[in-house]
Amino acid sequence: MKDTGAIRLTVNGARHDMIAPPGRRLSAVLREDLGLTGTKVGCDAGDCGACTVLLDAEPVCACLTPLARAAGGEITTVEGLTDETGTRLKAAFLRHGAAQCGICTPGMLMAAAALLRRDPSSDRAAVEDALGGVLCRCTGYAKIVDAVLDVAGQDRPVTAATGAAVGAAIPRLDGGPKVDGTESYGADLFPAGALLVRVVRSPHFAARFAFGDIAAWAPEGVRVFTAADLPGENRFGTIPPFADQPALAEGCVRMRGEVVAVVAGPPEVVEGLDLDRFPVEWMPEPPILTLDDARAAGAVQLHGSREGNILIAGRVRCGDPGAALDGAEVVAEVAIETPFVEHAYIEPEAGAAWMEGGVLVIRACTQAPMMDRDDTARLLGLPPERVRIIPAATGGGFGSKLDITLQPYLGLVTLKTGRPCRMVYTRRESMASTTKRHPARLRARAAADAAGRLVAMTVDGDFDTGAYASWGPTVAVRVPVHASGPFRVPNYHAEARAVHTNNPIGGAFRGFGVPQAAILQETLFDDLAIRGGFDRLAFRRVNALRDGDRTVCGQRLQGVGIGACLDALAEPWRDALARAEAFNAAHGGVRRGVGVASCWYGCGNTALPNPSTIRLGVTAEGRIRLHQGATDIGQGANTVIAQICADALGVAVADLDLVGPDTALTPDCGKTSASRQTYITGKAAEMAGRALRARILAMTNMGEDAVIRPEPGALRVSDGRGERRIDLVALEPDGNGYVLAAEESYDPPTGALDESGQGVPYAVYGYGAQMAEVEVDMGLGTVKVRRITAAHDVGRAINPALAEGQIEGGIAQGLGLALMEEFVPGRTENLHDYLIPTVGDMPEIRSILIEVPDPEGPFGAKGLGEHVLIPTAPAILNAIRHACGARITRLPARPDRVLAAMREAGR
Amino acid sequence: MADQARPETLREALAILSDGGRVAAAGCTDLFPATESQTLPGAVLDLTAVSGLRGISATARGWRIGATTTWTDVLRADLPPAFDMLKQAAREIGSVQIQNAGTVAGNLCNASPAADGVPPLLALEAEVEIASVNGARRLPLARFIAGPRRTALRPGELVTAVHVPMDTGKGRSRFLKLGARRYLVISIVSVAARVVETDGVAEALALAVGACSPVPLRLTEVERALAGRPVGELAEALDVGAVHAALSPIDDVRAEAAYRREAAVTLLRRALADLTGQGRR
Ligand SMILES: Cc1cc2nc3c(=O)[nH]c(=O)nc-3n(C[C@H](O)[C@H](O)[C@H](O)COP(=O)(O)OP(=O)(O)OC[C@H]3O[C@@H](n4cnc5c(N)ncnc54)[C@H](O)[C@@H]3O)c2cc1C
Ligand code: FES
Ligand code: FES
Repeated sequence: MKDTGAIRLTVNGARHDMIAPPGRRLSAVLREDLGLTGTKVGCDAGDCGACTVLLDAEPVCACLTPLARAAGGEITTVEGLTDETGTRLKAAFLRHGAAQCGICTPGMLMAAAALLRRDPSSDRAAVEDALGGVLCRCTGYAKIVDAVLDVAGQDRPVTAATGAAVGAAIPRLDGGPKVDGTESYGADLFPAGALLVRVVRSPHFAARFAFGDIAAWAPEGVRVFTAADLPGENRFGTIPPFADQPALAEGCVRMRGEVVAVVAGPPEVVEGLDLDRFPVEWMPEPPILTLDDARAAGAVQLHGSREGNILIAGRVRCGDPGAALDGAEVVAEVAIETPFVEHAYIEPEAGAAWMEGGVLVIRACTQAPMMDRDDTARLLGLPPERVRIIPAATGGGFGSKLDITLQPYLGLVTLKTGRPCRMVYTRRESMASTTKRHPARLRARAAADAAGRLVAMTVDGDFDTGAYASWGPTVAVRVPVHASGPFRVPNYHAEARAVHTNNPIGGAFRGFGVPQAAILQETLFDDLAIRGGFDRLAFRRVNALRDGDRTVCGQRLQGVGIGACLDALAEPWRDALARAEAFNAAHGGVRRGVGVASCWYGCGNTALPNPSTIRLGVTAEGRIRLHQGATDIGQGANTVIAQICADALGVAVADLDLVGPDTALTPDCGKTSASRQTYITGKAAEMAGRALRARILAMTNMGEDAVIRPEPGALRVSDGRGERRIDLVALEPDGNGYVLAAEESYDPPTGALDESGQGVPYAVYGYGAQMAEVEVDMGLGTVKVRRITAAHDVGRAINPALAEGQIEGGIAQGLGLALMEEFVPGRTENLHDYLIPTVGDMPEIRSILIEVPDPEGPFGAKGLGEHVLIPTAPAILNAIRHACGARITRLPARPDRVLAAMREAGR
Repeated sequence: MADQARPETLREALAILSDGGRVAAAGCTDLFPATESQTLPGAVLDLTAVSGLRGISATARGWRIGATTTWTDVLRADLPPAFDMLKQAAREIGSVQIQNAGTVAGNLCNASPAADGVPPLLALEAEVEIASVNGARRLPLARFIAGPRRTALRPGELVTAVHVPMDTGKGRSRFLKLGARRYLVISIVSVAARVVETDGVAEALALAVGACSPVPLRLTEVERALAGRPVGELAEALDVGAVHAALSPIDDVRAEAAYRREAAVTLLRRALADLTGQGRR
């Protein structure tokens, strides 16, 4: 067969004659030519499996399959997964909560379907082998494996009665499209006539540059834009006083991947352009790549005003740790080093833009639509009202999609050309240019008295914040506040600095530096316990914060759940220690160990306002609309906020129509970060629900316990004594078209921190403790995590199934952080050199949800999203040490490092 | 650009190749990851429709593994125990998706230092069958792989099959791979071991190590020192110094060189212990 004429494809039983190059990736043909966007692309390299389709019943990566190879075969995509096995699988995925962001779901479904069609009674090992080629960054795989094993399950999904939504494990409300492949992510929209946008990036860490003859280079129909074309102020950043990042570099670049030019034109032309030939002359300069170089005397300063390359230092001080350390019975000291960690969501950044009247519409993946709007508007010189951000379904974010990425490029092209456009980052672009978890170099000392009570602790450390500010200030401020852990430390000094280098930007990543600090603190506490001869769990229990205690910031706490979390681990701890001891007595080549670690985490911005606003409206037709602006990146806000609102208003969840998020339709709910949405947006939703209920009850003169039922054109309200009907058609609609409405804002009551970091940084904290059981291969240094028991105080589990999903997903990321993840700029910018856990790397996870209600949170709820990964890595490290003596101070605990540390410990 | 030929006979394929300038493509699991383009770049000769290139057959002189035989085909083939290590390697290559597309010859031609197919085929003393319009030739695998990412293929030549001689398709075998995660992982170290046992003695044995030198290696010196010993002693008697001397690993993001040396020894010992019934550890 030559590349002339059409290629015949059979997809989901239908024949198509394709006029396309025979060597084209099948994934591109399916998505772009056939519109079958259920097949996802995460890497174009076989590493993620999101593109898995069946070719003659066998799973293959569509991204590695040339079109010609698929010719003559039968291709099945998720859209064609309509046989009984497929239908059952989708139902099981929904029932089990196996889809969070959902970007991996089509690939998982296809891989599972191939297995089950071959062997319907496959066991766990077979399921793991079958799913081993599909990566999921959200779920920790547990619910996915459960769903596949329970494909024949007849259970009906959990439903919630009116008034009982809070606490019900209902399936996610937005889950349907995620499991049938119809969810539309940033890359799934192809506006008619859209130009394709690509960008030219710096291959250097630091360089000056000059453009050559761009006009001569650009093929016909291709437009090129540079900083000179940007109408607005060429500077953005997530924290306005620190905004320092240009959307398009001007004359010099400070990091690899920094954008210098935007190229747009007809897709077939732009796709084939070799951007390595773009006329730009680079004049590389010696980069600053280490903290030492950045802080050395006379080092080049990346940003004029930031002396010594220090972006900011955060401090918390109370008492006099120096004196207390000197006189203490038990003293220990540790130093740790952690690397860059990549978010590795499976969906690379993608989106589209178009004009609607005079308004620039940008539909892209995001965690913070309002921030996107304001930053993009400023860069493009537009008033914010002229930019509308419609968040596309987002295939994972974990903090990185808080910062704008491709929004200004999409906006600029559409603004300048008047044409719609689209852009999709390659995996390499995504990994090279977006933010990372800050590498940390931390040192701490702590002391306890003879009874095992902590008397003092000092913490000092540097965080590599990379070339631009991003969330560096948040990390520097959060770390000193949290580095004590949820413990009483009467004498405490902590300082953390965010330091600029020419490395990738250290940004927001689940925990804002607290996971790194917890590794330090929790391994240090093991040292103290071991030195002092205390049981490691008991040592933590003795020192755990209690209601009425003051934190290192001097804040008096209520609703403290750390004690309850540690208590919940007491029995599992005893059992696990006994099991490990028995095992080790019988084996030499592998040894088992048990470790524990705890966490606390303040929900919302640190001592800064971060309000959320929720609008509820009733239409004349009798529909109740919940305007919910919190982006759900898989964590479940769409479901949890609706559950809270339903109970506050007193209707069934099914009575609520969800609207948004969309900056044109939903009031600001702030960003999806800092574990704030369940608490803060949830609180606003509770208040809006209660406010609307109060109005309805007042109008009908009904008692507190009345039941509200919407029906076409009316609300029916009844209490035990009688029933009233509100005729909605008779009421005057407001400006939003609602005949009844309520809008409520909530901003956590926090207080500024003083010079010594004393104050009320957060109104609500969540707590947790995890126990890890590991097995270390004494000959190879490899570590297998066998089980993690995770007790998390969520205040109130609004949706226990979603909470469990968060715990499992957080543990997967914590396990990666502990054992395998290390981003090396310029070296691991793909998913085969940068390793994240696969289904085969996950331990058994036992979640224990603790409910110590918070006086402030909605229905007592606290945040959870980031807490869940904080204790995992230190619990694993402590377990490794227990098993084999290896004290890992440089992460990740690669097998070679474990073996070396074992030797050092004399094993 | 985007010129792709997909012939159905070997003759046709060789003729097209002899015009020059074409890249052979089979499963494309190495070719596609090497480009960000949506279309395979350059002129391509797709081998997957060529008849007679796929599948494993027993011949009078041994076994023939066709060039486009996939790793899944290897896993499903009926083969004697000497090939267990090849199957164990097949199961460890990437994921099911990769095994369904990736081919044996592709793995050899890609010539990665960490190619998992190479140590078992070295330990089977496989020969590579090469063809061009000018005829066919055979090379021992150890000579076929000329260096990292380099083979002895000349312009116009294709690999058509891999042969395992009757003599070396004997004994029991074991492949062990060490990676930093369970699936989809490039080997930090891999080893293959084959032992032919007669009356409790290792009559012949073959040991190979991957990812510890520019190309995977047979440890002929080490083998020689072990041959003729009681199988129960093999693991213990392994000459650590000789293994270390043969290997020349590097430091990279996966592990340090010194660790690779040590891990190779540990894995070789375990493979030998497994094979000779001592169980693990
Ligand atoms: C996600 C992923 C995971 C992987 N994991 C592993 C792993 O764990 N272990 C491992 O060893 N490999 C792994 N690989 C690499 C790859 O899958 C194997 O090397 C595979 O066997 C290559 O076969 P192929 O048919 O796909 O080769 P192709 O990509 O089609 O070709 C590879 C090279 O060989 C040449 N070639 C192919 N066939 C012939 C022929 N008959 N004659 C001449 N030249 C030929 C091609 O020109 C090309 O240079 C992985 C790849 C991916 C994408
Ligand atoms: S897109 Fe094909 S494997 Fe990632
Ligand atoms: S649900 Fe699997 S990647 Fe998000």
